[in-house]
Amino acid sequence: MIEIRLHGRGGQGAVTSAELLALAAIKEGKYAQAFPSFGPERRGAPVVAYCRISEEQIKVRAAIDRPDIVLVLDPSILRLVDVSNGLKADGILVTNTRFSPEEIKKELGFTTPVATVNASRIAREVIGLPITNTTMLGALLKAADVMDKEALIDPLKERFGRIAEKNINAFRRAYEETVIS
Amino acid sequence: MATRVGMEVSIAAAEAVKQANVDVIAAYPITPQTHIVEHLSEVVNNGELDAEFIPVESEHSAMSVCTGSSAAGARSFTCTSSQGLALMSEIVYITSSLRLPILMLLANRSLSGPLSIWNDHTDVMSIRDCGWIQVFVENGQEVYDHVFIGYRVAEDRNVLLPFMVNLDGFVLTHVIEPIEFLDQEIVDRYLPPYQPKYSLHPDHPVTMGAFATPALYTETKKAQTESLTEAMPYVLKAWQEFGDMTGRYYHPVETYKTEGAKVVLVTQGSLSETATLAIDSLQGAGEPVGLVKIRLWRPFPFEEFKEAVAGADLVVVMDRAISYGGPGGPLASEIRSALYAQEKRPRIVNFIAGIAGRDVAPEDFVHMIQQAQERPGEWYELYGVRE
Repeated sequence: MIEIRLHGRGGQGAVTSAELLALAAIKEGKYAQAFPSFGPERRGAPVVAYCRISEEQIKVRAAIDRPDIVLVLDPSILRLVDVSNGLKADGILVTNTRFSPEEIKKELGFTTPVATVNASRIAREVIGLPITNTTMLGALLKAADVMDKEALIDPLKERFGRIAEKNINAFRRAYEETVIS
Repeated sequence: MATRVGMEVSIAAAEAVKQANVDVIAAYPITPQTHIVEHLSEVVNNGELDAEFIPVESEHSAMSVCTGSSAAGARSFTCTSSQGLALMSEIVYITSSLRLPILMLLANRSLSGPLSIWNDHTDVMSIRDCGWIQVFVENGQEVYDHVFIGYRVAEDRNVLLPFMVNLDGFVLTHVIEPIEFLDQEIVDRYLPPYQPKYSLHPDHPVTMGAFATPALYTETKKAQTESLTEAMPYVLKAWQEFGDMTGRYYHPVETYKTEGAKVVLVTQGSLSETATLAIDSLQGAGEPVGLVKIRLWRPFPFEEFKEAVAGADLVVVMDRAISYGGPGGPLASEIRSALYAQEKRPRIVNFIAGIAGRDVAPEDFVHMIQQAQERPGEWYELYGVRE
């Protein structure tokens, strides 16, 4: 089972990212769970969402405390929230930032591998909005062996309709530009 | 096997209500039930379901509308949580005494105060004695399935009682997971249109909900309690037929690795799935620990429960509600009653855990079981209190 914890700010679409991953996995015949951190959501406040993907039925119904992957949608969260809390030693932290993985590791003292991409810039340029949920999914699929990146295309089309193409382009560009160290 | 579709459990529940072809929906939005009702309002508005959607001004009115429409012969649906249930509770008791086959999905949430929107079972336990058939479900599939099963049981002329499905708020309602849908043709075969035995109609006047003097009230209540107890075989029949059709069989009491178990954990609702992971890890370490899940809460399956824990020396009950000033949690009370007359009675320890959305991880179940094994006597405790 792969456990992914997503950090973002209310309104950036962390919950949507988790949902899209789960939907793509279920479409591939796997089992998956996606859920928000339950509670009153406030636009702009730090939020958490969770996704589990497994070959077998998923029985655990608790929040993810020991993720395999941490996905950070907003660079400012890195200094506000202990995003790497509980991250497995062989896990990976994937973050939206303009800095390199080495710089992030040095500044924040992360010991696990780190993958970075400037998702805010990609989203602004490709989608026209600094909403990084679909962009960061591209980074996630580059950085970790979660599923084939093409598996996400149908769920993106179904969710975004006429703005799907921009989101798919941002997703693909982030996949190309993500750097891992 | 049919294809599994990824969907939020609330949406799947609403889709089941659509497939059950209900006639009347009356509800008032309350977290965490909201998505179910919102989706149903869309389904009716889009013309996908030919039903009356009545947006009432309170839950008291929601249940009143369902009571009236059900009495007039309509398949009626409502859905609520927590304070909403508390507000409708006056009518909830009337519905069962009128023998009206309404279905309610209760997205379980704690009762105020302090104000909390999170999940536990304090809402359902506050109306435990309302006379409805009450079941607990563990996952989205079971929610979807029990919409059909619920109406099938409720409308059985040998039953004619309202049916309540308890699904954990957020933990189930707000989760996207795979659900296997039934073809409409299969649903229609399992759940034919509702044929009321008695209904309100101006051309054929009947009296429902009449006044009862002391000369009649006791007899009426005897008939009512018998109707609920005697519903059991029809619940079993509906589950059996559903299983034969889908391969998904449900039982009043379900066991997980209880063969040879000396210690049995007892749970209800969605945390039962998490508890199986604790059982796996304890059995892996050689501990004779099993799990018993109470699916049918009313009528309470006394015989099935006794059989399920027959070999146990220690029964550890996890409640998700408190009976203030009482013996612990309501589930443990029932279990003590069920086992009191046994010649060889296991020791019963009661934990109240997972209230108001506090997470219960597999390790927590392991800790509870270990504490119960180490500390002698019979006692109850709120698990994980920070002091």
